[in-house]
Amino acid sequence: MTPFRVLDAIAVPLGESNVDTDQLAPSRFLMRPVFAELLLHDRRYGRDGTPRGEFVLNDPSYAGAQIIVAGRNFGVGSSREFAVLALPAAGFRCAIATSFGDIFASNCYQNGVLPVVLPEAAIEELLAILRARPGLHVTVDLPTQTVRTPACGPFAFAINSARKACLLEGLDDVALTGRYREAIARFEDTYYRDFPWLA
Amino acid sequence: MPPQTLVDKIWARHAIAVLDGNETLLYVDRCLLHEGFWWNIVDSLKSRNLAIHRPSNIIACSDHFVPTTDRSGGFGAIADERRRDLILRLETEGAELGVNVIGMMDERQGILHVVAPETGITQPGMVIVGSDSHTSTHGALGAIAFGIGTTEAMHVLATETLWQLQPKTMRITVEGRLPKHTTAKDLILSIIARLGIDGGAGLFIEYAGPAIEALTIEERLTVCNMSIELGARAGTIAPDEATFAYLAGRPQAPSGAHWDAAVAFWKTLRTDDGAKFDREVRIDGASVAPMATWGTSLDQTIALDAPIPDPATEPELSKRDALARSLVYMGLHPGQRLRDVPIDYVFIGSCTNGRLDDLREAAAVVRGRHAAVPAFVSPGSRAVKRAAEAEGLDRIFLDAGFEWRDSGCSMCAGANGDTLQPGQRCAATSNRNFPGRQGPDSRTHIMSPASAAASAIAGHIAGAAQVLV
Repeated sequence: MTPFRVLDAIAVPLGESNVDTDQLAPSRFLMRPVFAELLLHDRRYGRDGTPRGEFVLNDPSYAGAQIIVAGRNFGVGSSREFAVLALPAAGFRCAIATSFGDIFASNCYQNGVLPVVLPEAAIEELLAILRARPGLHVTVDLPTQTVRTPACGPFAFAINSARKACLLEGLDDVALTGRYREAIARFEDTYYRDFPWLA
Repeated sequence: MPPQTLVDKIWARHAIAVLDGNETLLYVDRCLLHEGFWWNIVDSLKSRNLAIHRPSNIIACSDHFVPTTDRSGGFGAIADERRRDLILRLETEGAELGVNVIGMMDERQGILHVVAPETGITQPGMVIVGSDSHTSTHGALGAIAFGIGTTEAMHVLATETLWQLQPKTMRITVEGRLPKHTTAKDLILSIIARLGIDGGAGLFIEYAGPAIEALTIEERLTVCNMSIELGARAGTIAPDEATFAYLAGRPQAPSGAHWDAAVAFWKTLRTDDGAKFDREVRIDGASVAPMATWGTSLDQTIALDAPIPDPATEPELSKRDALARSLVYMGLHPGQRLRDVPIDYVFIGSCTNGRLDDLREAAAVVRGRHAAVPAFVSPGSRAVKRAAEAEGLDRIFLDAGFEWRDSGCSMCAGANGDTLQPGQRCAATSNRNFPGRQGPDSRTHIMSPASAAASAIAGHIAGAAQVLV
């Protein structure tokens, strides 16, 4: 997993709430490997495959963006990890929103994508500035847990300390669990003695 | 010991280690996988040279990509090569790796969340995870059950464990009884409409109260299935005599002396008096009416008799924009009465409402009438299909002009190619009305089997009460 420390990049103001996993990664593509155009495919492209010019992700002034700013419930819906994988495939390493779908957020941590929760007022301020000054850089600083721009912030965000450590080191859960192999074996001995019908 | 919730009790039985007083290494009893993500999960397992820790705890079932029309040609008849390859990959590789495979041609085949309860794989007190968000379904039998991503599923395969934050809990107590013509689906839609799609965010829900206890196990499965649509981690219901009666004699349920020991344990799985929840909500069952979604998120749900809302009356700007966008996408106008909206298609099935009780509920409305629009039924499993045929439900649907298909996730998400044409409007018994869910530019109205059946007969959104006159 690619470590996440400090990201300084263009941010795109999506702004919408309830951007669900079916929009992020439509189910008809789930049988194919992840590709750069997967992210919000049916929002970005018309039925004939031409880009929808009015959609903010197609606005050239945000080209090269690595941060996406949304409203409430970003990634709500299914467990499909493709909804997260579509982000780095399109160049994004961080999503900022007032809340996230639970499974989506867990999947972010497994893939070096940082889900940042900020209060609504901070999101509104960020969105306004990004719309007024397209191409503005936003700095997402994981060690200090802050988001700032030359024009606003810093905004502090919270993150679970174990998740933070894993992102900073690029460690995923499998590496962590390797340290508990004996504890798991001991647990199973007792567990299946107590509940033999589950073995 | 302080009083504990049901969730706390199950959690404590499965906690192996706790980091920072919060992050828990949780033991997993069963992991449910489908062909949609099997390949990603096993690829990532193999790329790390990891083996499956306990293959007998893993269930792999073909449901997302399987065709629901004629299966007599077997795998060769699946037109799309990629789908066929991924189904075959799960079934051959699953067998090689020693997991429990329920393949497309297996007589037990069906949707994971229908098959696992009806075969007795799902049991009270378990921690069950799955590569599908509707794994929350299994909480209906008194388990902790939730969906996970493919990387986490790989972790479960390799270690039989998962890192999870300690649960925060919410109890939703439903008092009284549901009115006539009002179903478990109307209840959960009503709960989502009241609490919002993030009303349960990050929480483990326990549904309780007289209206919940009065539900059959199949109805409880419908309620817990859509917990994820509240943003919840999971939904659960304390096991009771109805649960034990449901499980008795099922092939994977414990038997003999193990049965007695299991029931004795299951009876302890109740929330203690005085146990504290992080949030408590009370709902009067009598206030629930037949409901359907009108928009593109599950909180855009109203009673069938209600008018479609007007964004102009919404004070909050972001919500007003969302309402307006939904109206445009759905091709509807404020003030239109939901139950007059004409439909093009009806889909009855899915892990939410593909069980025998659901098909009976729909058949009772359809019997002796004729569908005004194309409609099909996809029973949730082959076992459901056989049972429905044994009592003649297939004839009722066929005589009414419905198609009677095979089992799979089908038009809930359209991953198998069962999709609507752009712009088509569907009355569906499934669980999500997201834009494009049933195919690009598809329009979905989520409702109960009784209402979907009534809508098929009427040709517009309708409740059973309008048809059964």
